[in-house]
Parts: sequence; structure tokens; C-alpha cells
Amino acid sequence: MAQRTVAVASASGLHARPAKLFVQEAARLGVPVTVRLGDKAVPARSMLGVLSLGAVQGTEVTLEADGPGAEEALDALAALLSRDLDADAEPGGNSGAKSGAEEALDA
Amino acid sequence: MPETGWAGPGGRLSGLGVSQGRAAGPLVRMAGPPSLPAPRPVADPEAEAATAVKALEAVTADLNRRAAAARTGASAGAGGGGGAGAGGEAAEILEALAMIADDPMLREEAETRARGGADAAHALEAAFDGHRDALAALGGYLAERAADLDDLKHRAVAAALGLPMPGLPDPGHPYVLVAGDLSPADTAGLGPDVLALITERGGPTSHTAILARARGLPAVVACPAVADVPDGTIVGVDGASGEIALGLTPEQAAEVMERDRAERARLAAATGPGRTADGHPVRLLANIGSAADLRPGAEGVGLFRTEFLFLDRKQPPSPEEQTAAYAEVFERAEGPVIVRTLDAGTDKPLPFLGLPEEPNPALGVRGLRVDRLLPGVLDAQLAAIAEAARATGADVRVMAPMVTTPAEAAGFARRARAAGIAQVGVMVEVPAAALRAAELLREVDFLSIGTNDLAQYTFAADRQHPALADLLDPRQPALLGLIEACAAAGREAGKPVGVCGEAAGDPAVAPLLVGLGVTSLSMAPSCVPLVREALAGLTLEECRELAREALA
Repeated sequence: MAQRTVAVASASGLHARPAKLFVQEAARLGVPVTVRLGDKAVPARSMLGVLSLGAVQGTEVTLEADGPGAEEALDALAALLSRDLDADAEPGGNSGAKSGAEEALDA
Repeated sequence: MPETGWAGPGGRLSGLGVSQGRAAGPLVRMAGPPSLPAPRPVADPEAEAATAVKALEAVTADLNRRAAAARTGASAGAGGGGGAGAGGEAAEILEALAMIADDPMLREEAETRARGGADAAHALEAAFDGHRDALAALGGYLAERAADLDDLKHRAVAAALGLPMPGLPDPGHPYVLVAGDLSPADTAGLGPDVLALITERGGPTSHTAILARARGLPAVVACPAVADVPDGTIVGVDGASGEIALGLTPEQAAEVMERDRAERARLAAATGPGRTADGHPVRLLANIGSAADLRPGAEGVGLFRTEFLFLDRKQPPSPEEQTAAYAEVFERAEGPVIVRTLDAGTDKPLPFLGLPEEPNPALGVRGLRVDRLLPGVLDAQLAAIAEAARATGADVRVMAPMVTTPAEAAGFARRARAAGIAQVGVMVEVPAAALRAAELLREVDFLSIGTNDLAQYTFAADRQHPALADLLDPRQPALLGLIEACAAAGREAGKPVGVCGEAAGDPAVAPLLVGLGVTSLSMAPSCVPLVREALAGLTLEECRELAREALA
């Protein structure tokens, strides 16, 4: 079981736009990932599950996945969580590769 | 203006015209939330599960289609600048809702319940309700999202039952919207495709009427017969006479639209301060809810409703947020601005106030009365208004809603002046206040008559009650008598007395109010040109004659 623990960096927490980007990216990656906060675990692909964690800025969540592609998927999602997704809403406003979700939003 | 024979080949219907102008187009009905039939025995659980999944897919696809349309509209309007602006924001919200409808947990739960023997509609309802309750229990921002889940549930259940999706239709072409009645939430979402409104219920002061006037949309309310007109019928709507022509041809509809455009252009060309034919000045002011409602043409703002800042909030807005919102209006408005302090209660409950439910909210704690329970809200608002006035240098006045006694008026005036606001007034909405107008004017600088509530309380007739619309007619002599008493008290004291209720924007009633001695009329900005024209056609003496006849 691969794991990453990361603090939510977005100003609005894991709600609203950051939650949407996170869930879209999890769906795009296609690897089943679980988000754990305390004793609650939800699929990263579930908007309702992710919202129900109630994670605010600074909350540490643990991402878990198994099998092929798990490490890469966790890296991508952990990187997304550790950026302030409210702040880099502007297209091209951040360095590094854009996720598929962000490219979709830039359209 | 309306010629005779406003009827189509399909005949004619009559309702109450509440917002001037004419429009014509195909009729599209707004579907209400589906009523869930009693659970039925299930023969094939797998088929029910499939139906439930298909319903969720249909809702997701519908929301994604609307999101794409909103985004296209936004980038076209913003010169391809990406998801900026209101369209982009709407698209983001619709996409997030689509993701919830597409949620794997939700889908699995609906499937599990269907396989357990529930029919598709009940399986969906149970799946949504579980998540709704979980979000509501978390409180704060998430609790506010619970309403989104209810909306999605109604859509999914309707899809499972083969019913039209509830909510505002989106046919993709201009249309005349027909509904039983419209809620404030429905009316806020009206898009540019809506040509006119027809409702089965509602009265002259219903939300539908107020919104239609604010938007300049022709509207007819209290027309129950429209329920039988099939969707797609091309209808002509005359918002002045309340008549609806049925079965027009597309060519006739285009002609109606063209004539209405020409008429609006003619009226808009007239400008300048309000006056009667013989030059008696009557200030024409605007009723607004935010800076977005401001239009050129009025001589100031006679009613700035401040509720928009407080709606849908669990926490009151910060002093900085309030000051900024007021300053935006003060900067952009031409002429003086009269700010009405928070008017909560009855049909507009505000979650952050946390007021207990009342058996009789219209007669309970509302308007200035909220201050009895929560005094901090008013003082914070007065401070923010005063700060915004100082920062912008605008001519700003305040008035309190639902004032009943001279003692209440005195208390409000003292606190407003202590906050640094020089010109203070009160609204007259309660008969007790109208009967003591002279005493009120010893405490304050002006009166503003809210005819909608004054009629409701004088005639003991609910503003929204469809069967009582005649009692709420602004031409009722008892109502006019109270307005006359207020105007006389104003003349005696040398202080202005205006009307800011819906009657002020009705070109058939406005001259009568002037004849009673009212010194200003405040109305939806779209009504200003018609009222200006109506006053310019009559001398003050003719207005007085109209008033005498109406009072007789």
C-alpha cells in the first residue's frame, strides 16, 4: 500500500474549486485512490466523499493506493493538494505541467 | 397604447398586468419538483438499478451541456478571455453539480437500494437524502450545499419518472416563461432568453411582479387559465392590460417584439427631472438592490434595499464588506441615495439572524423590530453606511423599515445621527405609523411610504395571496386616505413625503399619488420613463382631481 500524507494548501480548503480540480484529476488518472482523514476514508473520485471530509487549509490528509500506477497517481494528487488551487486559478499562472483538469478549465 | 383586438387566432386570456411592455414568443413552462408516487412493487430489481443510473447520467449530461453553454457565452462575451465573468462562474458551479450527480458513491448507493427492492425513484431519493443529511450535519459551508443536493435529487427523480426536469427551462431559444408562481431563487436565475413572464398565481406585489419590473420584462400574473395552454404555443403578452394573445404566427410575434423595441426607444429618449405638465416638480427616484441595478435616468435612489448582502449567509458580512458594497452604490449613483436598513422577516428570512420561527411572521419580528432582539446588527450597518458615505462624499440618507410608533422613529433617528448620518427618515408601512405621520415627522427628516406593506396591513390581506389581489389594489380609497394623511403632515412640517412601493412605478397610479401631495416617487428603474411621460401629460390640478375622484 503506497501512501502520501499532505497538508491541504488551498485557502478555501478541500471545498469548492479545489475539490472539483482534485476529483477531476483523480478521475482522469483512473487509479483508485482513497483519501483518509482520521478514521474516515473516501474514494478520491467521489465529490460527495471528498467534500464530506470537511478538510480546511492546513488539514493533513493521507492518500492511499495500490497496484500499477499507484506511486505516480499519488505523486500527482499530492502535488495538487500542496498547491493553493484558489490562488493559481489564472491560466498559466503557475510553473510546471498543468493537470488535465486545469487544461479543461482553461478552455 | 394598447389597441383593441389584442388576441390571436387561438383567442385571448386575461390576467393582472404587472409590468409594462409587450413581448411575444413560444410558451415554455417551468416544471415544479416531481411528486414522488407511492413506492411500487418491483419485478426486476436490475432494471430499476439501471433506470436509476440512467437518470443520474441524464442529470449529469444536462448540467454539463448547460455548463458548456454558459462557458461559450462567457468567452464570447469576454472576447475569448477564458472562464472569466458571470458565465464562467456559472459554468464552474454547474460543472461541480454535474460531478456530484456523477458521484460513484451516490450511484452505488442508488444501485444497492434498487437491488434491495426499491423502485428507481425511491432508490434515488434515499441515496440523495443520506448524503444531504450527512452534509447538513457538518454545518457551515457544507450545510449550505445541502440545498444543491435537494435540487439534484428533484432532477434525478424527475428523470427516473420520465417527467420534465424541474427548475427554469433552457430551451435554447427566446421564450415566454410560464409558471405556477416564481420563487426569489427562480427569478434570480432568469436568463436573457426570457421574453416575458406569465404566472398562474401571484398578485401585483408578488416576487414575480417586482422582479419583472426591475428587469423591464412584460409580465402578467394571476392567470390560472394559462395552465391549459400547450407548451410551444406562440403567445403575445401585454404587461399593461394583462392580456395574452394565443396562437400568433412567428411573423406576428416578430412584429410585436419590433413595436415594443420602438416604444421603449421612444420612451428612453425622454430625459430630465420629473414634472407635471405645468412644471410642478416630482422627484423620480430608483429602487435598487445593488449597484448592478443602477440605470441612468432617475434623479437619485429612493430605496436601496440592503438585504442582498445578507441573503444565504450563516455569518453577517464583515464591516469592510458592507462598507465596500455601499460605497460601490454611492459612487455610481447620480443624486442622493436613501439606504433602507436591513428588512428581514416574513417572506425573507435571513439564516444568520437565527430568529425563531413565528406562527405569524408578517405580524412578528421584522424590519426595525429585529433590533429588539439583536441590537448589534443595526448599529454595525449604520456604521458601515456612514463610513461609505464619508469615503465617497455622496449625499446619503437612511431610513428604517416597519416603524410603528414615534418612539421607534426617535430611537432610530438618534442612533443614525450618532453614527454620523444627518438625514434620517422612516418608512410608513403600518397604519399606526400613517395615523401618526405628524408625530413621526417631529423625529425624522422625511417619510417614505411602502404601499405594498401598507396595503397588506391596512386591508389585513396577505401580499402574496392570489384570491385577495383586489384588496391590494393601490387605488383602494382607504389606502389613498392614509397616503393623503402622510402627505398633509409633510406639507405642514415642510418635509418630503415619498412613495417607494410598487404603486409609484405604475403610470396609471403615479399621477394620483402626486395629486394626494406626494413629493417623490421611487420605482424600478425600468418604470421611470413611463411615469415621467404620465406626469408630463397632466397638470397638478388634474392630478388633484384624479385624487379627489379616487378618494370619493
